[in-house]
Amino acid sequence: MTSDTDPLVKIRGLRFFRGERAIFDGVDIDIPRGKITAIMGPSGSGKTTLLKLIGGQLRPQAGSVEVDGQNIHRLSRRALYRLRIRMGMLFQSGALLTDISVFDNVAYPLREHAPLPSSMIRKLVLLKLESVGLRGARGLMPSELSGGMARRVALARAMALDPMMIMYDEPFTGQDPISLGVLVQLIRALNDASRITSIIVSHDVQETAEIADYIYVISNGRVIDHGSPDAMLKSNAPWTRQFMHGLADGPVPFHYPAPGLEQDLLGT
Amino acid sequence: MLEQLARLGRVGIAILAHIGRGNILLFHILGGITDLATRPGLLIRQLYSVGVLSMLIISVSGTFVGMVLALQGHYTLSQFGAEQSLGVMVAASLVRELGPVVTALLFAGRAGSALTAEIGLMKATEQLSGLEMMAVDPIKRILTPRFLAGFISMPLLAGMFSALGILGGYFVGVGLLGVDDGAFWSQMQAKIDLHEDIYNGVIKSFVFGWVCTWIALFQGYEAVPTSEGVSRATTRTVVHSSLAVLGMDFILTALMFGG
Ligand SMILES: Nc1ncnc2c1ncn2[C@@H]1O[C@H](COP(=O)(O)OP(=O)(O)OP(=O)(O)O)[C@@H](O)[C@H]1O
Ligand SMILES: [Mg+2]
Repeated sequence: MTSDTDPLVKIRGLRFFRGERAIFDGVDIDIPRGKITAIMGPSGSGKTTLLKLIGGQLRPQAGSVEVDGQNIHRLSRRALYRLRIRMGMLFQSGALLTDISVFDNVAYPLREHAPLPSSMIRKLVLLKLESVGLRGARGLMPSELSGGMARRVALARAMALDPMMIMYDEPFTGQDPISLGVLVQLIRALNDASRITSIIVSHDVQETAEIADYIYVISNGRVIDHGSPDAMLKSNAPWTRQFMHGLADGPVPFHYPAPGLEQDLLGT
Repeated sequence: MLEQLARLGRVGIAILAHIGRGNILLFHILGGITDLATRPGLLIRQLYSVGVLSMLIISVSGTFVGMVLALQGHYTLSQFGAEQSLGVMVAASLVRELGPVVTALLFAGRAGSALTAEIGLMKATEQLSGLEMMAVDPIKRILTPRFLAGFISMPLLAGMFSALGILGGYFVGVGLLGVDDGAFWSQMQAKIDLHEDIYNGVIKSFVFGWVCTWIALFQGYEAVPTSEGVSRATTRTVVHSSLAVLGMDFILTALMFGG
């Protein structure tokens, strides 16, 4: 069976295509237990897609994704759902249910999966909302929240069931410096106190390097480098250097694959 | 030539796949019914938004259709000196045909399009994915209560349409055109058959409720998750539902009254 030193998520030889285009072409990634692992990469490189593959919402054309020793894409529906109870996911858009209030959104997974009395659920929800600083917003509807607030409510919801792992899709975008600081601390604290495994998808090099224990950089369907934040920042490999320091010139393409500009402009 | 044959084949396969996905979705939706027993609140809320909120347009339309039927019927019947049969004519047309069919057409426009837009937008804003990642089956939790609500509401709405239509016909026929009050009701009572007319009408509206709601939910669930995709899906819901209702009505009528 699985032991504590096994990685929680083990991705091997992952290949995923959207039509003709390879989003992943042979990717191996290990997400260690109880650590914060960052997946970084340029916009459109497939970071969100990777999280959906780990969550079992998309099916790869080849390769395997194991979560806690179970191959996600071989599981029965029931087993997959049981495993998902232990995985929290923070969507890039928040993905809150728009027809119920902030409070009910955070209470939703508890009411679905935890047979608790409503007074208990109320306390848990208020605690989770307090930790993201939005206890006072519990009566608002999602349409009355700003993008950053919605993301924080979604984070409270992702934490509600105390999962073994949380996947954060761009948690830092749209946050002001204060919320950002609080969020960074919160993610760190979740990790230290409850030993939750975290996967952070981001392109904010600064914040990510600050809290991650390990960083993978993906581009063009491959893992182009991985290592500790320090090693990555100091790395001399041209790909890593370009990405970590935000240089425009280098081997990592800024452009979506396209024919030459000249050719396009001349319309041939 | 071969190229065209291949294209025809591809279209055929695409249509079959579409129908197949629709049926898979339907089975999945039906599989959620047992789950719903523990959450009656979900069904009640949908009965309200699908059924109760459709009542206004259904009752107004029913009344007017009944009034027009009485006007037209009186004109035709009076040429044969058969004004006394106005009640039967109005009631039979409503209960057998116009009640179920017009209700279904209005339902597709009022409730079906709303269902498609709602589900399509939930997909576009990742709410359905979000539910899946919370280990909640969006089909069972979101689609099943809506399906059941549509299926239950349709016959009730059609009944209301017919009842108000008959009252509208009574108002015009007896109140304005001077048809005998007693004859209006007694002929209706004598000639309208519970099985032949009313049951058949109810069966029709159950079938229409099933088909219209199914189409609406399927279009929403399959919608391309963009604003344009959702708007197209909504249009398709109304068009497909209307055509399905008219086509099925012909078949059902032929089966019920044709033999
Ligand atoms: N539904 C879809 N259909 C077709 N292609 C898609 C779809 N979703 C994403 N893609 C493609 O897959 C690629 C990866 O998308 P993804 O959303 O995973 O990027 P990302 O790394 O999360 O980007 P960002 O940092 O901007 O969020 C994109 O280039 C996009 O063109
Ligand atoms: Mg993304």
